[in-house]
Amino acid sequence: MKLNRRLFMGGAAAGAATLAAPMAQASTHGKPRVVVIGGGAGGATAARYIAKDSKGEIDVTLIEPSRSYYTCFFSNLYIGGFRDLTSIAHSYGKLAADFGVNVVHDWAVGIDRDARTVSLAGGGTMPYDRLILSPGIDFVDGAVEGWDVSHQNAMPHAYKAGSQSELLKAQIEAMPEGGIFAMIAPPNPFRCPPGPYERISMVAHVLKARNPTAKIIVADPKDKFSKMALFQEGWADHYPGMIDWIGSDFGGGNVSVNPDAMTVTIDGEETKVDVCNVIPAMKAGRICELAGITDGNWVPVNPHTMQARADENIHVLGDASQQGDMPKSGFAANSQAKVAAMAVRAALTGSKQFPAKFTNTCWSLIDTDDGVKVGASYEATDEKIAKVDGFISQTGEDATLRKATYEESIGWYAGITADMFG
Amino acid sequence: MDWIRRSFYSLAAVVASAFPSLANDIGQADKGEAVFRECARCHSVGEGAKNRVGPHLNGIFGRRAAAVDGFNYSNGLTRMGKDGLVWDFDLLDRYVENPKAFASDTRMAYKGLKDAGQRADLLAFLRRYSDDPGNIPEAAPTASGTDHAVDAAILALQGDPEYGEYLSSECTSCHQLDGDNDGIPAIVGWPTEDFVVAMHAYKDKFRPHPVMQMMAGRLSNEEIAALAAYFGAAAP
Repeated sequence: MKLNRRLFMGGAAAGAATLAAPMAQASTHGKPRVVVIGGGAGGATAARYIAKDSKGEIDVTLIEPSRSYYTCFFSNLYIGGFRDLTSIAHSYGKLAADFGVNVVHDWAVGIDRDARTVSLAGGGTMPYDRLILSPGIDFVDGAVEGWDVSHQNAMPHAYKAGSQSELLKAQIEAMPEGGIFAMIAPPNPFRCPPGPYERISMVAHVLKARNPTAKIIVADPKDKFSKMALFQEGWADHYPGMIDWIGSDFGGGNVSVNPDAMTVTIDGEETKVDVCNVIPAMKAGRICELAGITDGNWVPVNPHTMQARADENIHVLGDASQQGDMPKSGFAANSQAKVAAMAVRAALTGSKQFPAKFTNTCWSLIDTDDGVKVGASYEATDEKIAKVDGFISQTGEDATLRKATYEESIGWYAGITADMFG
Repeated sequence: MDWIRRSFYSLAAVVASAFPSLANDIGQADKGEAVFRECARCHSVGEGAKNRVGPHLNGIFGRRAAAVDGFNYSNGLTRMGKDGLVWDFDLLDRYVENPKAFASDTRMAYKGLKDAGQRADLLAFLRRYSDDPGNIPEAAPTASGTDHAVDAAILALQGDPEYGEYLSSECTSCHQLDGDNDGIPAIVGWPTEDFVVAMHAYKDKFRPHPVMQMMAGRLSNEEIAALAAYFGAAAP
């Protein structure tokens, strides 16, 4: 879709009538109020952009339980020894100090959509004119037979970064010589489609140096995965004979685990393992269910504004949303947050609203200086966020290009975290 | 590298059909020697050629961009070399046609050679000094007959910086406003014209980089002007 300014102005003029109502509504209690739940790539970006661009006209509150946020993106690089944990940790100080965001470290435990309030675990309620939900993912109960969240110490998921990442890394490093690392990979759709396979690469990188006779087994309920040809080429080149990927054709989806005995049973065959990384099926963060806006595991949204189909006062970003063609990634959440921030400002202050545009790129590291990427651009249609154009790294690329791709990913990390946290 | 070749082949096919008379002729090396005189103020080629103002051009066909040891290249060409760009007929043809559209910060102070026939002659001459000319096809994708200079009317567009600021949020997922240049290039504080020329070079797939070709590919002329206005005024 090609657009020009004139078209936008026309769009804004046409929208003027609908803008009048929310402005009047907001004026009944002073400044309009936006509450954002979840301080990751979606929520932090949305809070920052609304606060920054409304120049004080909108009160922005960000509710996030963690004082120190660990990005899930690049947490595999921590596991692989390419980053230390502090380098993926971020605080909310600048959002508060430089942008005037009211940062509340608490859990949101309930949403009253009629009263338009959020209740907090620590007591009290927060009123909103617009609510932004960017809670990320939770796991589907019973998705992997024998595993629930109470087993996450014996068999970590490490799919929410921080202490789980530390635990998994420590377990990998403590594996006995020639031991077995197992991963139970998730079914679609899930957060960060290349994530499990980048993790396998990082685990293999660690084991190759410390424990070269160790083995990696991946039980996967899918028959293909993101950047599959690139990963499989890289695994054969860098880690020959180490990784056994068992796809759905070979029973990779028929899996149970026993966290007490540390066994994994794949298609009827039981194996004793030393580390088991269980990444269960996922669903939208639980607050979305509590709000009553989910359909199945996710929240359907309006692609033009990221508003929940079930409630126009709530915008849902990132992993939790069901929007169409975009993957569940930090980059995607950051991109969607800017569209939602613009829509929220337009609704509450009458600022200009331009047509939604989205982009995503996912970089993955296979081994030292061997980076690959996949990405696409998207536009909003009435039905979904639809892919317009895309690109992917090619197999057989030379080492210099792969190194440049990895360096590009480091540049991107610095860019997006500055874009999120200021 | 496949992506580079693929886009060039398709472009070459388009050009070949539009300019059938050029398609089977790589140019005349003897005439090219005369064209090279203008280049020879800065570049040398042939036995004992050394780096001068510009790098020596022995073995330029098949050489990676920015690969001559000891020569101080621009950031742009250095980055292209890292991204895997290897000089072939098509790429040299583009670069000679419009150096700044190809690499904004190139140190080659040359306005470009618009005449496709002269470029073909020049490249045929330079080809004599590459290691293995037998591997360079005689009827290679030929000199581009398209003019890649950005239209004056497009350059004259006054961008709306407010609109540019909105659009910029798509850029700042990767490019930092503080002007950080590691891994991903800085784009703040550029002269407006350089910014516009660079973005149109990506949009036209004249300049290689798949992410930027995709990003620029869906920006209108007005949107590019708006981004140039916004980022040009953004101080690093």
